[in-house]
Amino acid sequence: MAELWIDILAVLDGAARLAAPLILCAMAGLVSERSGIVDIGLEGKLLAGAFAAAAVATLTGSPWAGLAAALAASVMLALVHGFACITHRGEQIVSGVAVNILALGMTVVVANALFRHGGHTPPLGAQERFSSLSLPLAETLRGVPVLGPLHAELASGHNLLVYAAFLSVPLVWWLLWRTRFGLRLRAAGELPEAVDSAGVSVSALRYRGILIAGLLCGLAGAYLSVAHGAGFVREMSAGKGFLALAALIFGRWRPLPVLLACLLFGLLDTVAPRLQGMDLPLVGPVPVALVSVLPYAMTVVLLAGFFGRAAPPRALGRPFLKEH
Amino acid sequence: MTALPRWLDTGVLPVVNLALALLAAAVVVALVGEHPLDVFAVLLQGAFAPGSIGYTLYYATNFIFTGLAAALAFQARLFNIGAEGQAMLGGLGVALACLSLEPVLPGALVTVVAIVGAALFGAAWAVVPGWLQAYRGSHIVITTIMFNFLASGLMVWLLSGPMMRPGQGSPQTRLFDEAVRLPAVHDLLRGLGFEAARSPLNLSFPFALLACAAVWVLIWRTKFGYALRAIGHSEEAARYAGIPVRRAVVVAMALSGALAGCMALNEVLGVQHKLVLNFSAGYGFTGIAVALMGRNHPLGILAAGLLFGALFQGGAELNFEFETITHELALVIQGLVILFSGALAYMFTPWLARLLLVRSTGRG
Repeated sequence: MAELWIDILAVLDGAARLAAPLILCAMAGLVSERSGIVDIGLEGKLLAGAFAAAAVATLTGSPWAGLAAALAASVMLALVHGFACITHRGEQIVSGVAVNILALGMTVVVANALFRHGGHTPPLGAQERFSSLSLPLAETLRGVPVLGPLHAELASGHNLLVYAAFLSVPLVWWLLWRTRFGLRLRAAGELPEAVDSAGVSVSALRYRGILIAGLLCGLAGAYLSVAHGAGFVREMSAGKGFLALAALIFGRWRPLPVLLACLLFGLLDTVAPRLQGMDLPLVGPVPVALVSVLPYAMTVVLLAGFFGRAAPPRALGRPFLKEH
Repeated sequence: MTALPRWLDTGVLPVVNLALALLAAAVVVALVGEHPLDVFAVLLQGAFAPGSIGYTLYYATNFIFTGLAAALAFQARLFNIGAEGQAMLGGLGVALACLSLEPVLPGALVTVVAIVGAALFGAAWAVVPGWLQAYRGSHIVITTIMFNFLASGLMVWLLSGPMMRPGQGSPQTRLFDEAVRLPAVHDLLRGLGFEAARSPLNLSFPFALLACAAVWVLIWRTKFGYALRAIGHSEEAARYAGIPVRRAVVVAMALSGALAGCMALNEVLGVQHKLVLNFSAGYGFTGIAVALMGRNHPLGILAAGLLFGALFQGGAELNFEFETITHELALVIQGLVILFSGALAYMFTPWLARLLLVRSTGRG
């Protein structure tokens, strides 16, 4: 029984590690889209953040400098998106695609120029990464049945950015649903005309929304390359930004359901490789490649309204033109 | 929005936007520590040297198909971000036709079935998001993105399992029969008595040109094309005019998917002669850049397709010439083109309009 509990905890622990970047990106998408700006550029910001973090951590030897660089790189792309979509009222989808492709190309070009390592950064040493933290009392309480292992195996032993990811959910909730800024931001995504006639600038609100999104994606990027991984590998975001987008929709643009969707997707990702070679009754060997695309399939089914409805913010994707 | 005269809107604006994208790319090159003019010279040389024109046209073939796919959907203001997945499915259609019919039918006939298969499979993968948008109200951008990942998962599963070449570890099918393929252009030319450098350019290129013509006729010379453009301008007005909007959306997506699927003709039936994982290599996304650059017009797409073909072929040369600049520079330029000629397309409209006004008032 105790061994099964440890196994379950190990799976959940893996799920938490895989879910962390999803949570950060999904919260980024949540803030941006609640303000009315579609963000399919999560993937690009994540990738740019990952590269900047690894590159600067390599050059300076400090993960903190890497983190700062990740935030800066991701925010820069967010500002490009904002300049196109808010200032010039361009197509938000097109701008998002541009951000993604730009990040894909830029990371490899700059990585080659800096390190001549085939688009990678050199592997980072332990000092150059965020290491795992032990929570207080993790070892002393390990002997306590059920809760002891829960504390030691699942809650303790993650790096700083995993805790930041889980902390970002209540923070985003508080910011959007418990502050005046949040109320206005959400109004800008639902009925920008009302915000405007109240004398509040829709553009400024939306810029702040995408700035927060940029910061959160930067954190996620740093997590990939200087916390979870040890260095940048080309295309290392590997669709996580899009998976976060799926989680955002799956969680219907609400923090807690979005968190649960991220955890579910992280869990699927952890479990899928463990199913390799296993036989299901009637089905035969588990098609692992198909298990790993389940989140996308579930999102499509949800969007089709076959169970529940996922209604986006009403002004999502609609540029706001101030009447003079 | 300020209206510009047609010649400015379709002639000058794309050039200005391209110039801006290249300028920004030049800044990147300079920051990396190379001379931008040297890099662009290598790009041009790599694209248009006598031996490389075939390669340029071969890349252009992919971009014309995916560009047309994006443009056809754009006409009805549908963002088909799913050309990548639709192209993968097109490849699957080709492979299924070839692998299953080779033993029973003559090669030429199998080739024809494979062409139809590419279009049908691509169309089928686009119809579902189209239908979901038209009848269930789910957003086409999100569903097509999801369908890209679903396609990629499907391909990984098929190519590392049921369809994998027996006795081999890499995710690809066995080679198709010698008789089943689109012949290479240099072979055709040799048959006519001309010598041409070997290149992957094959019969798909003339097909792509035909597709350009067909899309032009469809959009500007048929009732359906009129319906599409009407929906693009105002869905409400189109519905009020009695256009069956939902059906038109589904059909537009089917045609768009079929065009994207046809990209597989070039790669799978023309060059690789087997289905390989990730043969679509991002060309589906490049199609968005091509369509934006070409202002959703087949002629513009032809020109933009050639430009991107040159960019990719020339980009391949960069790896040999420079230590610090690699062919991914083509991706940077592609991203910048999408940014400037798509998202920021009208940044210069007021500015150009003012310039025009100053000139005409100065004259008057």
